[in-house]
Amino acid sequence: MSTANHGASGHHHAHHFENAEHEYDTGKQGVWLFLATEVLMFGGLFVGYLYFHHLYPDIFKIGSKFTDWRMGAANTVVLLTSSLTMALGIYYTQQGKLSAAFNNLLVTVLCGAGFMGIKYFEYSHKIHLGLKPGSWFSGNVAEIAQHAGVAAEAVPYNLPLYFSFYYMMTGLHGIHVLIGMGAIIWVMIRLKKGHFGPNHFTAMEGVGLFWHLVDLVWIYLFPLLYLVT
Amino acid sequence: MAHEHKAGENYLNHEKGLWSWLTSLDHKRIGVMYFITVMIFFLIGGIFAMLIRTELLTTGQTIMTAEHYTQVMTYHGAVMVFLVIIPGIPAFMGNFFMPMQIGAADVAFPRLNLLSWYCLLLGATVAFCSLLVGGADTGWTFYTPYSISMKPGVVLLVVGAFIGGFSSILTGLNFVATIHKLRAPGMTMNRIPLFVWAIYSTAILQVLATPVLAITLLLLAMENVFQIGFFDPALGGDPVLFQHFFWFYSHPAVYIMILPAFGVISELIAAFSRKTIFGYTAIAYSSVAIAAVSFFVWGHHMFVSGQSEIAGIVFSAITMLVGVPTAIKVFNWVATLHKSSINLASPMLFALGFMFLFTIGGVTGIFLATTALDVHFHDTYFVVAHFHYVMVGGTLMAVVGGLYYWFPKMFAKMINETLGRISFFFIFVGFNVTFFPQFVLGSKGMPRRYFDYLPEFQPLNQISTIGAYMIGIGFIVSLIAVVKALVEKQPNPGPNPWGAKTLEWTTQSPPIHTNFEKQPIVTAGPYEYR
Repeated sequence: MSTANHGASGHHHAHHFENAEHEYDTGKQGVWLFLATEVLMFGGLFVGYLYFHHLYPDIFKIGSKFTDWRMGAANTVVLLTSSLTMALGIYYTQQGKLSAAFNNLLVTVLCGAGFMGIKYFEYSHKIHLGLKPGSWFSGNVAEIAQHAGVAAEAVPYNLPLYFSFYYMMTGLHGIHVLIGMGAIIWVMIRLKKGHFGPNHFTAMEGVGLFWHLVDLVWIYLFPLLYLVT
Repeated sequence: MAHEHKAGENYLNHEKGLWSWLTSLDHKRIGVMYFITVMIFFLIGGIFAMLIRTELLTTGQTIMTAEHYTQVMTYHGAVMVFLVIIPGIPAFMGNFFMPMQIGAADVAFPRLNLLSWYCLLLGATVAFCSLLVGGADTGWTFYTPYSISMKPGVVLLVVGAFIGGFSSILTGLNFVATIHKLRAPGMTMNRIPLFVWAIYSTAILQVLATPVLAITLLLLAMENVFQIGFFDPALGGDPVLFQHFFWFYSHPAVYIMILPAFGVISELIAAFSRKTIFGYTAIAYSSVAIAAVSFFVWGHHMFVSGQSEIAGIVFSAITMLVGVPTAIKVFNWVATLHKSSINLASPMLFALGFMFLFTIGGVTGIFLATTALDVHFHDTYFVVAHFHYVMVGGTLMAVVGGLYYWFPKMFAKMINETLGRISFFFIFVGFNVTFFPQFVLGSKGMPRRYFDYLPEFQPLNQISTIGAYMIGIGFIVSLIAVVKALVEKQPNPGPNPWGAKTLEWTTQSPPIHTNFEKQPIVTAGPYEYR
């Protein structure tokens, strides 16, 4: 997405740019604009969250008791590590240390996979308990009340709305993690083909910015869904 | 970065074959592809419009059942909004002329540009597939809870609009980067043509507003398929939240539809008045001002949806503010006409028609922004007349005017002037005959979107239908004029048949693949007619 030039290799640049530097600047601006659209898209969900949290604080209080903060914290660490290795990948490319760059990108992808693995366990546990979104919800109210430490009558009828938010927000985020992993693998292939070097790393930097944004969204999701009281 | 090219070579014959078009990265070819697709969608949306007006010719059932009527009304709205007016000017004229007007050889991201076109095509295909599974009858606004009743047609139409939305987002992103980064040497932001300012303001809206539509439509589709409950009161959700989300996009989208038209009109008024445009800076910044204010007015669609009175008053006041930059534009255009040498060629006729009709559309918008009046006018034909005066009387007049104006640059042929005038006559007169009676009908309380009406509304409805047929004839005359110009042999009218001053007229017609023989250097403003 960051470069739309014609088979960019080394110092060539597309005909409508003055030079490679010009192309790099433009590509980077394109990525930032794209990130703005991502922020607004997730923004819609966050606004919805705030609105319903204001209306029905109880469903968030009770619902979040069914998330495991240790799993969420582990995933936070995994993603923050991956952001570091992503940045190191770009740094080593700029330094010309291409194999170190490749290894760091590989760790980034593995962290992404680890994140999705942990998410898989969290999802399957919830689904097992019947904590599914909206009308699919089949959780046992008595068990929920017991686990949350409240009376059964205190469990609101629209508790499933919390899980709708949980699955929509983490699901959309998870899709972004998968897309990001795909993009990093694409960058790794191009790195192996010799498309990147100290003077040319636009696409890699663009993918890196995207990955950091995905990380950043999680930094917000973690407290909103796991730590909310 | 001009490349060597053979004499007589241009973007149309630079490469040959359908495949070379479908894979072209040239912004001009992509612009032409948008032109053709949007015209086809316009024809489809227009046929729906004719069906609606024919049904309303008499009370009771005229040509179709109430169920079919609601579907036709839905598809008329959805096709015209998402597939015609939103991509109309930016993706077609913006693609073709914005890079040329700033002296660039292409847009910033040509591949992304081609991808945008495919997004629109894919979105349209999915949207039309909804007709095969029973169609949708929600209106183009998809209001919940009716729209979450698990109709497969609604889901496909929503998903189609979602995919098409990416076309709009990516085009906007591309244009912002292009205008920031690819201006020719000397082309400062205070020298870019007003069309570019309009496209720029539009592009910002496309980038910032459309993602909110994306998440809204995604949630709506999930709501339909998985009953997640966000908008469903039975599951503890809130249908009014959907209205907030929808209008947070769709009100800025109204300006995505009209701002580019302002840009076209600025070009036409300057070129056919043969005079430096009056108040360049005011017109330029008023586009940005409209774009900024447009994010804070969405609540005026919801005065009767149960939002708080305070919110209603605030939204009402901010909405009226939009009238200020809009009036600035109209007054500056009028001031440009003052003591100028007006050439009443067909593009100018459409520009003047725009000013007349858009002003009526704009002023009636102030009526609707007034909370007390809106309680009476809400969901009546008054609203229908108002937004058609803006969208059709405004945007579509600008599209046709711009097409007549830029056609010689695109294809090196002139559109027949007589046919242009006939077309203008039918569209302009027909438009007023169609929609002016609807203001009266609306103020008398005829509700919109209904299949039937009270017998006393019949005479005005019949006048309205006759007017709609006139509009139809007018557009068909223009279609014939365009096709005739494309197929007939004509001498090349030269690079600048209208004597306009912006950069696209300095290069040959049709332009070469890289637009300019050598990089233009800009030393003056865009409208130096004296």
